Amino acid sequence: MQIIFKTSYDQDINILSKRGEYIRVTLLIVSMLAAPLFLDVYYLSELGLLLVYAIAGIGLMISTGFTGQVSFGHAAFLGIGAYCHSILMTTGVPFSVSVVLTTLFCGFIGMLLGRSASRMHGFYLAVATLAFLIIVETVIGEWTSLTGGYAGFLVPELQIFGVYLPEIWQQYYVDLGLTLFVVWGTANLLRSPTGRAFLAVRDSELSARSLGINVEWVKIQSFGISAAITGIAGILLAHHLAYLSPETFGVLESLKLLLMIVVGGLGSITGAIFGAIFVSLLPVLLSLLRDVLPGAISQQAGLEPMLFGVIIVLFVVFEPDGINGRWKKLLHFFETFPYYRKASFVRQKRYLKTERMR
Amino acid sequence: MSSLVVENLSIEFGGVRAVDGVSFAVEPGETFAIIGPNGAGKSTIFNLISRIYEPSNGSIHYGERNLLDVPPHRVVNLGIARTFQNIDLFEQATVLQNLLVGRHSRMSRNLLRDFLFIAGARAREREHRRKVEDIIDLLQIAHYRDQKISDLSYGARKNVELARALCAEPTLLLLDEPASGLNQEETDDVSFWLDDVKHDLGVTIVMVEHDMGLVGRVADRVMAINDGKLLAIGTPDEVRNNPDVQQAYLGIPA
Repeated sequence: MQIIFKTSYDQDINILSKRGEYIRVTLLIVSMLAAPLFLDVYYLSELGLLLVYAIAGIGLMISTGFTGQVSFGHAAFLGIGAYCHSILMTTGVPFSVSVVLTTLFCGFIGMLLGRSASRMHGFYLAVATLAFLIIVETVIGEWTSLTGGYAGFLVPELQIFGVYLPEIWQQYYVDLGLTLFVVWGTANLLRSPTGRAFLAVRDSELSARSLGINVEWVKIQSFGISAAITGIAGILLAHHLAYLSPETFGVLESLKLLLMIVVGGLGSITGAIFGAIFVSLLPVLLSLLRDVLPGAISQQAGLEPMLFGVIIVLFVVFEPDGINGRWKKLLHFFETFPYYRKASFVRQKRYLKTERMR
Repeated sequence: MSSLVVENLSIEFGGVRAVDGVSFAVEPGETFAIIGPNGAGKSTIFNLISRIYEPSNGSIHYGERNLLDVPPHRVVNLGIARTFQNIDLFEQATVLQNLLVGRHSRMSRNLLRDFLFIAGARAREREHRRKVEDIIDLLQIAHYRDQKISDLSYGARKNVELARALCAEPTLLLLDEPASGLNQEETDDVSFWLDDVKHDLGVTIVMVEHDMGLVGRVADRVMAINDGKLLAIGTPDEVRNNPDVQQAYLGIPA
């Protein structure tokens, strides 16, 4: 049983307030830093890819999980980030400058999308972002002179401050560095007024407005920063793929991002990371399953998308809080041992809410 | 201190005149109650003042400012905060986060600074936390400071919503049925808190309320409306004894 005795406001301001959290996060970061010592090239590269998806998941989490604006179009920002960065680097722009420019560009496009999205809700927003994705995919595919079209685009080698970084472990550290930066920044956002405004808009636009939050502007900001972070993921993804083609950034990729944050747990940074771990492990699990299953099933073409769908349904029905929700329950079990009850997390139905005045 | 002056206010929904030419003025420091049968247009008046609805006619002034020139999210910057009839808190956030959102109109924010948490971000958080704690003390809600709203009981939510409105440091507080759904004891608490709010913080209160006991205790003046039209304005006793008001509530005597 653990009781937290608060003696300072800083305990609520700090990102990690509990000692357990502090130890867990430190251990995680240390083991991530040490990973290249233990893992072979293949698994290290997979781990790097996992980090890339964690960044993309956090990006989507900001607009969908924190601000409540569902987006089916975030693969487009992965695509814009990947292409914009590759094109800039091909024309000789240094890596660091290209990263900044690409991030800003993605943020700008995100704000434009947010501008149109700020007047839409629910279903209409989902369709609009989907349309945006299809437009971006088509533009990338058809603008042959710039992007190489469907023939593909070769990504320049990773090179920072004039130094080539051809090894997988070097690329892995770039992934890790940017992941830590994004996680830290997003955690900062959540403990400051901007992040609270995001949560406020998600839970009640009406109340948010009456407390002085410019709801439209918050949505634009949210889409902007969400797109910028997803763009960073796109940059790193480009270096992992080494070869870009428009269909990589299609509807399926968007669904994968959404699956990630739903399965991971909407509304938290850890949720996005759990989701990334999950979607990175799923193909591995599938390949293991293929060996066990009879050929008639394992050779089916749509096995992976179908499993994605089934898993999303199972989570929505049985654990809407995702893996993160499970994780929290597990922690709560140990922290309050032996007082945990099955009903500890059962919640009452919500009370009446003010009729929506939109 | 500013006074709220509403003149000839009207709004129509389709063919229904929900509010029809209502005029009233609330003096600084006063507690003003609006009563009337269901559907009389009480909440609509509140929604007009907080700019959720656009009036079809009339004017609303707070001090020197014409409220109709102000977008909805700027109303709170003039010192007008409100609560909602059915409680509209941020359910998935903690009480503390809700109250800090209440400070929003008083906080400067900048996306980049917030992302990097630099340039006095921590000092700013501490300073606003102190203000929030003052309100927490005033309303005695310290024991559920860290709880999620979805875990709170109805009465607690009512208190938190009042606290959140107070965090904006309003000079005019609009309370939409502060005692609805509360038992006798909780209603008594509300009347004490309203007294505190009025005397300690010097806030002008306008409230919609059905509980005539509470209205009689805390209100300086009462306005009764029916079918969107003004019936009477006066002290609680005057309004209670007004024949038009009695007719609106009880029907025409046979």
